[in-house]
Amino acid sequence: MQPIAESIGIAAPELVLATGAMVLLMLGVFRGNRSLHGLTYGGVIIYAIAGFALLGDAQSELAFDGLYIADDFSAYLKVLIFAAAAICSIIALPYLVRARSDKFEYPVLIMLGALGMSMMVSANDLLSLYIGLELQSLAAYVLAAFHRNEASSSEAGLKYFVLGALASGILLYGVSLVYGFTGTTDFRLLQVAVTETPAVGTVIGLVFILAGLAFKVSAVPFHMWTPDVYQGAPTPVAAFFASAPKAAAMGLLVRVCMDAFGGMMSEWQQIIAFMAIASMVLGAVGAIGQRSIKRLLAYSSINNIGFALIGLAAASELGISGVLFYMAIYLPMTIGAFLVVLSLRGADGRPLDTMNSLKGLSKTRPGLAIALLIFMFSLAGIPPLFGFWPKFAVFNAAIDAEMYVLAVIGVVTSVVGAFYYLRIIKLAYFDEPEGTVLPQESRVNGALLAGIAVFCSPLGLFLMGPITVAAARAARAMLTF
Amino acid sequence: MSSVAAEYLPILIFLGIAVALSCVFVGLPVLVSNLTGTNQPYDAKLAEYECGFPAFEDARRQFDVRFYLVAILFIIFDLEVAFLFPWAVSLGATGVFGWTSMMIFLGILTIGFIYEWKKGALEWE
Amino acid sequence: MLAGIILLSGTAVILSRNPVHSVLWLILAFFNAAGLFLMLGAEFLAMILVIVYVGAVAVLFLFVVMMLDIDFAKLREGFVSYLPFGLILAGVLAAELIVAAMAAVVVGSPGEPVAPVIAAAADVSNTEALGALIYTKYAYVFQASGMVLLTAMIGAIVLTHRQRSGVKRQNIGQQVARRPEDAVIITKPGVGQGVEL
Repeated sequence: MQPIAESIGIAAPELVLATGAMVLLMLGVFRGNRSLHGLTYGGVIIYAIAGFALLGDAQSELAFDGLYIADDFSAYLKVLIFAAAAICSIIALPYLVRARSDKFEYPVLIMLGALGMSMMVSANDLLSLYIGLELQSLAAYVLAAFHRNEASSSEAGLKYFVLGALASGILLYGVSLVYGFTGTTDFRLLQVAVTETPAVGTVIGLVFILAGLAFKVSAVPFHMWTPDVYQGAPTPVAAFFASAPKAAAMGLLVRVCMDAFGGMMSEWQQIIAFMAIASMVLGAVGAIGQRSIKRLLAYSSINNIGFALIGLAAASELGISGVLFYMAIYLPMTIGAFLVVLSLRGADGRPLDTMNSLKGLSKTRPGLAIALLIFMFSLAGIPPLFGFWPKFAVFNAAIDAEMYVLAVIGVVTSVVGAFYYLRIIKLAYFDEPEGTVLPQESRVNGALLAGIAVFCSPLGLFLMGPITVAAARAARAMLTF
Repeated sequence: MSSVAAEYLPILIFLGIAVALSCVFVGLPVLVSNLTGTNQPYDAKLAEYECGFPAFEDARRQFDVRFYLVAILFIIFDLEVAFLFPWAVSLGATGVFGWTSMMIFLGILTIGFIYEWKKGALEWE
Repeated sequence: MLAGIILLSGTAVILSRNPVHSVLWLILAFFNAAGLFLMLGAEFLAMILVIVYVGAVAVLFLFVVMMLDIDFAKLREGFVSYLPFGLILAGVLAAELIVAAMAAVVVGSPGEPVAPVIAAAADVSNTEALGALIYTKYAYVFQASGMVLLTAMIGAIVLTHRQRSGVKRQNIGQQVARRPEDAVIITKPGVGQGVEL
């Protein structure tokens, strides 16, 4: 057994987050709800420290007897997760204060969720996978129902909880099957145990594990909770759900498939390809009739997960780096889109969510309309914008892996998807305004919105080089260790 | 495999006898009264008894959510205590590392306890 | 036999109309699961299952069932309309299973465990063996489960705790610190005079 101090050193980011969350909790409970702002920015500092803890030697290391792994892959995803968590706790501030649910637990719960996600992407054992997933989900259930005086929020929390618990149960059942048939839960040993001709029990176990994880990334056919939960949950929470957990669960899915069950590639490849196709189609078609922007964004996230899964289905280094690249661009796009929704307030100061409230946005709030334009074109994957490149990367990987059908369906659904993104643009730019939209109330949110919009605009292409390099390195680290 | 189960045989027999006896004690009077014809129920006899008044309300009324909070906090600490048993039994084998490990675990839950206390979740009113 | 009873009572949990009966069936299922653990030689798990699940979780379920104001007739209305969707979902899951099983060579290797399950030494009780692993080898997961419990605590309080205003609380510190001078005034009113308070 390796010395414990070494293990703790390797798991430093988690340690920072866990201690940080407890410190924030104690500060909050002794200071009361007044400390919400202070705690939020304190939380951002903790994320930054945890991010610094990621730096250091880049080789892959195991810790805690192989329960935990730190490599480029996990570091890459953790950067995304920490950044998304930090942004989601900041953008919530004005919303929470206005909705009178400005309780200091909010940043603490986000941080505990981020801790769970960070454990997920570093999991090297089915046990640590499950615990990380549970920690993340538990925090998410509470966050979904955070606005507890509103029926819609409670309903979202309850739905999420019941379906999430079901998914966890399925996952756990798969884990126990895999353990029963192979005698190990360690990914390294599973890699050896799982061969081209696996036992039927292992296959069933893998299917159950994939189903449980598919629920967490909201891939079809385990997507049904997504629109309801996104619509009912408070908007900043929905932004959080659409971003960080997706990156974490996607990372976990990649690691489980490529690493632990690498030997059963032909089995899971079919399942992943099916989920990719179904998600792309349903995400594109389902979004068309939506009246609520949040529901539409939920379908958009299902659609995007489908595209990202193409990269995994290709099951090559190119594909994995495509997935990672996709997540790095998808996160800011979706947070940005939710931030636009968050900035929409009607004349009475209440948040707006209907598509009609976007009408004539270019006249009432020109700045916001430009940001919306950038995000929608980017999500639609229209070339000069950043959102085009990750799609290009995954299609490229699919063609490289000779999965032409997948690539063709991807292109077709992205054209269908472009229709509803363009409908939003049409509403914002070519329709007459209905009612008034109040100006941005928080300077911080405005600045963040502008920053993310610049990132997604063609100007962001300057960053493409470093991101692709990092994604490629992370993919290589995952595959070669 | 069966050795562990076999150790529980006495308690199983004990439980079996207890169940059988209590069934006899409950069943026998009912049976006898039915057979001998002393069982003559009528409305007033079957009505639920509430100090001579007719019943005020349904027995199945809604509970306050506070009961639930107390129950769930109890379960969490129940689980914490459940972890203490194997720890205490194997402390000789796990040594200082095992001890520290448990202390950190207890520390995390103590943080939670302080939080509960300060929030006033442990107080009834 | 025990497993059979678990399945039967599990079915009864779903089928019984009265949620309280469901909970009782659930308790029966828990007991039988504990019996299964006992037969496998996992005494500790069996006892924990009885204490935690039957003792605490089932009681919690009863609370929840009683907290909800359930109209039993309404409960059954939605069932039929959700049935097709549920069946589709089940069908998809089953189809995936079949697809995966077809892809695997059906007569795969009969599950050779690579790392055979370590047979517990005869002189070490199950509880001890468990303890020796949880707190050392799996310390990481153990601490993480501590964080999960912490999150559960925060969640329960955030979602259900309500600060009630206008409640008079007993403040023991204040009571003890109270001195006679604060509470008692000694006056000597003259004859025919009242007392000013």
